[in-house]
Amino acid sequence: MYATSYHRASSVEDAVKLRGEHEEGRYLSGGMTLIATMKQRLAAPSDLIDLRHIPDLKGVSVDGRNVRIGAGTPHADVAGSSMLRSVCPAICALAGMIGDPHVRHMGTIGGSIANNDPAADYPAAMLGLGATIITDRRWLAADDFFTGMFETALEEGEMVTAVTFEAPEKAGYAKFANPASRYALTGVFVAKRGDGVRVAVTGAGADGVFRHAGMEAALAETWSPDSVAGTEVAPADLLSDMHASPDYRANLVKVMAKRAVMAAG
Amino acid sequence: MGVEGIGARVTRKEDKRFLTGKGRYTDDMSVPGMKHACFVRSPYAHARIRGMDTTAAREMPGVIGILDGRQLQADGIGNLICGWMIHSKDGSPMKMGAWRPLAYETVRYVGDAVAIVVADTYAEARDAAEAVTVDYEELPAVTEAVSALQAEAPQIHPEAPGNLIFDWQIGDPEATDRAIASAAHVTEIKIHNNRLSPNPMEPRSTLGIYDAAEEHYTCYTTSQNPHVARLVMSAFYNVAPENKLRVIAPDVGGGFGSKIYIYPEEIVCLWASKKTGVPVKWTSDRTEAFLTDAHGRDHVSTVKMGFDADHRIVGLKVDTIANLGAYMSLFSSAVPTYLYATLLSGQYAIPAIHANVRTVYTNTVPVDAYRGAGRPEATYLLERTMETAARELGLSPAELRRKNFIRSFPYQTPVIMNYDAGDYEASLSAAMQAADWDGFPARKAEAAERGKKRGIGMSCYIEACGIAPSAAVGSLGAGVGLWESAEVRVNAVGTIEVLTGSHSHGQGHETTFAQLVAERLGVPIDSVNIVHGDTDKVQMGMGTYGSRSGAVGMSAVVKALDKVEAKAKKIAAHMMEADENDIVIENGELKVAGTDKTVPWFQVALSAYTAHNLPAGMEPGLKETAFYDPANFTFPAGCYIAEVEVDPETGKTQIVQFVAADDFGNIINPMIVEGQVHGGLAQGIGQALLEEVRYDPESGQLLTASYMDYAMPRADDLPSFDLSHQNTPCPSNPLGIKGCGEAGAIGSPPALINAITDAIGTNDLTMPATPMKVWLAMQANH
Repeated sequence: MYATSYHRASSVEDAVKLRGEHEEGRYLSGGMTLIATMKQRLAAPSDLIDLRHIPDLKGVSVDGRNVRIGAGTPHADVAGSSMLRSVCPAICALAGMIGDPHVRHMGTIGGSIANNDPAADYPAAMLGLGATIITDRRWLAADDFFTGMFETALEEGEMVTAVTFEAPEKAGYAKFANPASRYALTGVFVAKRGDGVRVAVTGAGADGVFRHAGMEAALAETWSPDSVAGTEVAPADLLSDMHASPDYRANLVKVMAKRAVMAAG
Repeated sequence: MGVEGIGARVTRKEDKRFLTGKGRYTDDMSVPGMKHACFVRSPYAHARIRGMDTTAAREMPGVIGILDGRQLQADGIGNLICGWMIHSKDGSPMKMGAWRPLAYETVRYVGDAVAIVVADTYAEARDAAEAVTVDYEELPAVTEAVSALQAEAPQIHPEAPGNLIFDWQIGDPEATDRAIASAAHVTEIKIHNNRLSPNPMEPRSTLGIYDAAEEHYTCYTTSQNPHVARLVMSAFYNVAPENKLRVIAPDVGGGFGSKIYIYPEEIVCLWASKKTGVPVKWTSDRTEAFLTDAHGRDHVSTVKMGFDADHRIVGLKVDTIANLGAYMSLFSSAVPTYLYATLLSGQYAIPAIHANVRTVYTNTVPVDAYRGAGRPEATYLLERTMETAARELGLSPAELRRKNFIRSFPYQTPVIMNYDAGDYEASLSAAMQAADWDGFPARKAEAAERGKKRGIGMSCYIEACGIAPSAAVGSLGAGVGLWESAEVRVNAVGTIEVLTGSHSHGQGHETTFAQLVAERLGVPIDSVNIVHGDTDKVQMGMGTYGSRSGAVGMSAVVKALDKVEAKAKKIAAHMMEADENDIVIENGELKVAGTDKTVPWFQVALSAYTAHNLPAGMEPGLKETAFYDPANFTFPAGCYIAEVEVDPETGKTQIVQFVAADDFGNIINPMIVEGQVHGGLAQGIGQALLEEVRYDPESGQLLTASYMDYAMPRADDLPSFDLSHQNTPCPSNPLGIKGCGEAGAIGSPPALINAITDAIGTNDLTMPATPMKVWLAMQANH
């Protein structure tokens, strides 16, 4: 790791101010990716502005079927929220599959989606739920937020403060973990609402998290695990690495989609 | 057996400090004035060094010194060597290329060290190391052994034309060819044994301290064999004479073989301490460990096994190509030869065996012994072949093995080894019973109803441990003898120190060695301390590897205890005015047999040291040393059965049952033995399902340089193991011990692959059987 200066922000305003003062600074919201990257000397921020101790960023609130999760909420709190489980158990289950207990107590939802790792779990949930990403500056639809592998619509210095969504009728997530990293080799989040179905795929896409229109249409017509069977997943759009070929990932997308529907009930 | 003696499940004495974070590892060592080192390493797999510019780096904050290989050579520090001479079948010696501790002409793998930077802090050393400019002329690289033998392959060492280190054989080629030509059935199979990174929990670390006043060096290091490290650094690398070099291996967090060898960093830190005038510490980070710790396995073999009409094996012919990496590591030549091909008879009576082994240089980190070392390769090859043969012959796997088991001992194989004891049928039967082998078809049918493909596979392994008779290994090319030493030092108050040349880096010697003393003298194990790992404290010893500490190290303790007991009995007899032949030692007392006369152990010890009333002519004191040279290898053996369920949609394998039936001879502490088996199984299952070092074949870059890409087994990858022990005591050492450290890693991979191939109905599957590979195999099979 290169030398860096650590700042603990006390409020969103404080964090934004600190970030503005340090051109080469970075927000730190759990650090489950950033710290490891810094240790490998692949990132060298001059300053780290830690968001994990800002009270306003923490916590899950559920109002009817409207859900709001503060950006600084660790995965373990999402996984363990009984209020959230009562309206959207799929996102609790997803959070409980991220990393290991250490990661789940340090990593946060805001950190995860701002990083938009192509194999992270949360981007699939946000896209599948049609969530809204709230920043210190604006509200963004998940469809507009995730713009490519490790890329988001966030501008320089912009900070995620919360995510919000209306709980769907049904939702499910199925993940096939990379045997080494336990990130998603392929993960599929499905959500059913009165106005349609969303299917979001992580871990597999060559450009990061994506929606699968064919599966969405098939499941909107008939909500059944079997509906996935007749859809096509194009290997050409999928990642290729030493862990999985595009053909294998294409197979996993269908299998995980089927299992996500099964999990959703 | 007493509550703390041989056979007792004593909890480990060392665990209190390990579990409370109080262990003292090399990186915990700190001495006044100590500075920190970072190595400048090659980013290329193969390159010529045209020059190096350290001007900018020297100006960086905190930098004390930057030293390179030319300076090292000018100071007379020697090249690293392989300590086991192998001759090719044409009689020529192995072709060892120069391994400079710091390369200055050519780098040959990604991570090859070219300079050391010493600075006030590690961060400063690392910053400065990045500022060192090395002018490399990149050369073509080759990472796979088979490719390295091709005519057009890059030439890695001038000393080894065609990258061939040696072309060695064992056994009778003509007799084997004849046997296979006349066989009623020949099974042919290609075997690939995947390349592994050892991954001990504690990465390598070293602290070099030069004392200018005494012209003396101290080397703290993560070593499995500190005396061998001192010997080699002194005799071959010219670091310092042995009396001017102290090597200390304190608590060591696992080795699995990778900490047997002397690496460049120990030598360079000692030398750098003298050059810079400060103690120099270096600790590997995890990616450095992947890049520079010696790897294991990496064999490609073709096999022919011939059977007669009655399904008895008539001959076995093996051709193996072994990748030794960019340089020959300390024992690298022995692993694919005498630790491998000598085990190719397995548990079977095979009248003719011939194995040809070619070892090859590649642009990868050196390959050497890793848990099992050669024996897993032999077992995997044999047990995959036996399984394949059984399928081809339409026999059950157990039937074919039973038909060919060796059943009388001693048994001389055609490949050197003389098996002294064993009962292979006993382990096979125990394992099949524990696994409910006969109930498998019903379980398979039930799994099919759930959409799962269930398979079962077995492996009957044998290994050679307790290495080994010094004269025998000397005749085979070893540069050292493989005896062990012990000193039993009884203090005046009766407490005891045992100084052993074995080294514990997780095996629990502080407990098991104390149990042996407790058994013999009837004293509590808390009154016994085991001292190891420091060349200034402990007499010359050979260290721990190859499951030898029980069979060899404890045998040395037995010999020393024999001498201590004999003297103690003389003293007790004198004190009680009895005949020494009538003295027995029980429960911490020396008694005159058949009487009520006793004298407590501590009083005998005190008498030995007060020397007020000793038998005439007896020297004071109670302290004895012994060296034990084993009479033979030991031969642990057993049968493992794996049962798996494969998810046909994803190819993911779940181990639903794993049975291990082992014959380790006599057992000192069953709990520790079970722990050793569990650990070995985890690593064997890791090899079978998860682990593989991969290099990019074009650039030679290491692709699996972190746990993001190198899949280590985790607790939830493993089932709950079903263990049992059979016992044919080893006749060639006084405790009847065979050794248990490697068995799990040796026996488990073929059991797993046999089970998976049984489940999916194909024989074409290489390790690691990742979900994608299994899925692809199922697609190809449809």
